[in-house]
Amino acid sequence: MCATCGCSGTIAPDTAAVPRPEDGGEDHHDHGFVHAHDHGHGHLHAHDHSHDHDHSHEHHHDHGHTHSHDPARAHEPGHRDHADAVTARTISLEREILEKNRLLAERNRGWLAGREIFAVNLMSSPGSGKTTLLERTVRDLGGRVAISVIEGDQDTRLDAERIRATGARVVQINTGTGCHLDAQMLGRALQELSPALGSLLFVENVGNLVCPALFDLGEGARVVIASTTEGEDKPLKYPHMFRAAELIVLNKVDLLPHLRFDADRFTAHVRQVNPSARVLPVSATRGDGLEAWYRWLDTRGASSRPTVSSKPSAEPRPGS
Amino acid sequence: MHELSITQGVVEGVCEAVPDGQVLRVTLEIGRLSGVVPDSVRFCFPLCAQGTRLEGAALDILEVPGRARCGSCQRELDVDELMAVCPCGNPFLELLRGQELRIKSVEVT
Repeated sequence: MCATCGCSGTIAPDTAAVPRPEDGGEDHHDHGFVHAHDHGHGHLHAHDHSHDHDHSHEHHHDHGHTHSHDPARAHEPGHRDHADAVTARTISLEREILEKNRLLAERNRGWLAGREIFAVNLMSSPGSGKTTLLERTVRDLGGRVAISVIEGDQDTRLDAERIRATGARVVQINTGTGCHLDAQMLGRALQELSPALGSLLFVENVGNLVCPALFDLGEGARVVIASTTEGEDKPLKYPHMFRAAELIVLNKVDLLPHLRFDADRFTAHVRQVNPSARVLPVSATRGDGLEAWYRWLDTRGASSRPTVSSKPSAEPRPGS
Repeated sequence: MHELSITQGVVEGVCEAVPDGQVLRVTLEIGRLSGVVPDSVRFCFPLCAQGTRLEGAALDILEVPGRARCGSCQRELDVDELMAVCPCGNPFLELLRGQELRIKSVEVT
């Protein structure tokens, strides 16, 4: 995988063999690394149109030279000289970039609502204990509510196997080079998994505190899991993620005596980014706080499935 | 690198909205509080555009500054981060602008 852009290609550093379109190759990796240019081929290369970048660069077209490219303006051979395009017209679109994802997320939301399924999108950095919390949750609650899990990881079925061992139904999505789940992936997984009516569905997003924040899956609630081994400044460093969640589960509180982690400071940082979020300290291994986590799932699930009867609870709604 | 998905969304969105003609220029609005880095989108754009009617198109990105309304004193203020707090002390701000992720217009032949 390309370490620079996340695409599935490979980079051969310092190579001069950047394929040109006329060779039928993909001109995919003319970024970052040093390469020699052969400008003997016949592509149009006049830069007489205005660019949206504010730097200048020099071209020497008569020798194989090395220069590092600003990736933002890698001048791919397909770049056309369109100064003479007199017939050009401007069309106003005003269209959301994430429109397609939004529509698919709404479709998922409707699909889940029709089946009275409460779907929780679990997001965190890798190693926060998402899978451990899920294993424990399935073992503790599996007897009274049907639980299924969609596991998102770049690779392997390891997490799915851990969850399957608890008895829950599970589907693994491997995103390959992708760094987040999107609504289309969830839609496909829902078809494959076909969760039971009235069930609880956990979607374990790819371990990443950046990208998943932007992609609505159609879930009923978003939960971020942080852990005491990560440092209490995580909410400030990843404000988009902590802002996107209504509940922050702070895991591994059993380790607090051995760490310099200040849970109050962490909560204050969460408040700064997301004043309405609730912070729930738990230990998925020792069991601290899990009753409160199960109560939240009950209450919040009931509020998202109004037709499923559930005993009223004194537990305040998140954000209230 | 969600910018790769975002940029794929731009290319797909334009191809869908503009059924024919060569696209010469795409203008986007990206809010400064959207969580999307314009330079990364610029980097991804030629890659995503390759082999489509957007190949070779210029990309203009208009960055939209953040603006919010205080839920308490109702004043409007400029905000340059998600953690902004109103001078009245209230942290509950309603974002009015700055989260845009929009294809504004395209120039086509």
